[in-house]
Amino acid sequence: MKNAGKIVIGVAIAFVAVFAFPFYYNLGKANAKPELKFDTPVILQWEKEHGKKECIEPKAFMRAEHMQMLNQWRDSVVRNGDRIYVNSEGKEFIMSLQNGCLNCHSNKKDFCDKCHNYIGVKPYCFSCHIAPKEKES
Amino acid sequence: MSINRRQFLKLAGVSTVLGIGGPAVLNGMGGKILEATQTHPDPKSLAAKRWGFVVDVSKLNTPEDYQKCIDACHDIHNVPDIGNTKDEVKWIWKDNYERTFPTSTEDEYMNKEMKERNFLLFCNHCAQPACVRVCPTKATFKRKDGVVMQDMHRCIGCRFCMAACPFGARSFNYRDPRPFIKKENKQFPTRMIGVVEKCTMCYERLAVGQMPACAEASNGAIVFGDLEDPNSEVRKIIESKYTIRRKPELGTQPSIYYVIGGKE
Repeated sequence: MKNAGKIVIGVAIAFVAVFAFPFYYNLGKANAKPELKFDTPVILQWEKEHGKKECIEPKAFMRAEHMQMLNQWRDSVVRNGDRIYVNSEGKEFIMSLQNGCLNCHSNKKDFCDKCHNYIGVKPYCFSCHIAPKEKES
Repeated sequence: MSINRRQFLKLAGVSTVLGIGGPAVLNGMGGKILEATQTHPDPKSLAAKRWGFVVDVSKLNTPEDYQKCIDACHDIHNVPDIGNTKDEVKWIWKDNYERTFPTSTEDEYMNKEMKERNFLLFCNHCAQPACVRVCPTKATFKRKDGVVMQDMHRCIGCRFCMAACPFGARSFNYRDPRPFIKKENKQFPTRMIGVVEKCTMCYERLAVGQMPACAEASNGAIVFGDLEDPNSEVRKIIESKYTIRRKPELGTQPSIYYVIGGKE
């Protein structure tokens, strides 16, 4: 066992090499960050009228919390019959995925799907809710 | 280095805030936007203590009269037309006397016209709904205004409600309904395979101040209103005419009253 030290080091290097394979295999060809598109007719029209693109809540909030928000909306509409959402600025909006969200974001493929595919989540919203028709890409 | 009691307490306080308790404290200070926001019903929405229907059968005479009501409902709610009775999905349909009132007294001399005529059937939105009692996930529940509501998000497809409903008002999606919907209504969702669905008393129309679609299309044969309001149209009809309900002896208190009187 006089070479025990070398063997241990060798095994350790081999171990790291094998298990780090996915990292250096994908080195340099990392997935591009998803680029969302906000160029639907309704959004452009809104921008023309209001001078800026805005959602019902600030962008950072929507990005981080839209799933919780949709869950709350769902319960509010289906179980309590409340359909109007008052946002942090006091403006009112219809709580509806199909008639609210997707009215502006009519580009599911370039909006919802971009991030969901990137991080590998599969929300089942659209097994029932109908997404607007888009060109096959 | 030694610290005195005061310094120790300061240090402990700061590290609690920044450490384990940190995120919670900071969130509390920042305020959660979502919890601070509010929701409320549409001011246009219709309200009642207990919605109900009166179906005047004498005003439904031709097959087209029935079909108009059925189409009005099934078209806007994306109800699939699968084409066989085993997989059939229906919210509103018609059937004969014997199957509409199976527990009423049988009589061989009964009015032939009545015996052979069709009745318009849909969810009774019972005051004591059996389906609601058996639902293990509370996917089906009774709203304050009497609507027996079906929350498709919660339905696990156990079909207890179908076994419990004495009126056959519920359908199961044995297949993916999407390919069988002729023309999608983009304003309303479809359902998916494995959930139970039924008439929801057009809750989405009540919420914006509209009558249920079948009542609107029925040309006065279906009257919709508040059963607990003595001045409502439905109550006036129930008080002035002889009406019957389906299987009243089961005690579910159906909210559909049938006027079966002959032609006036």
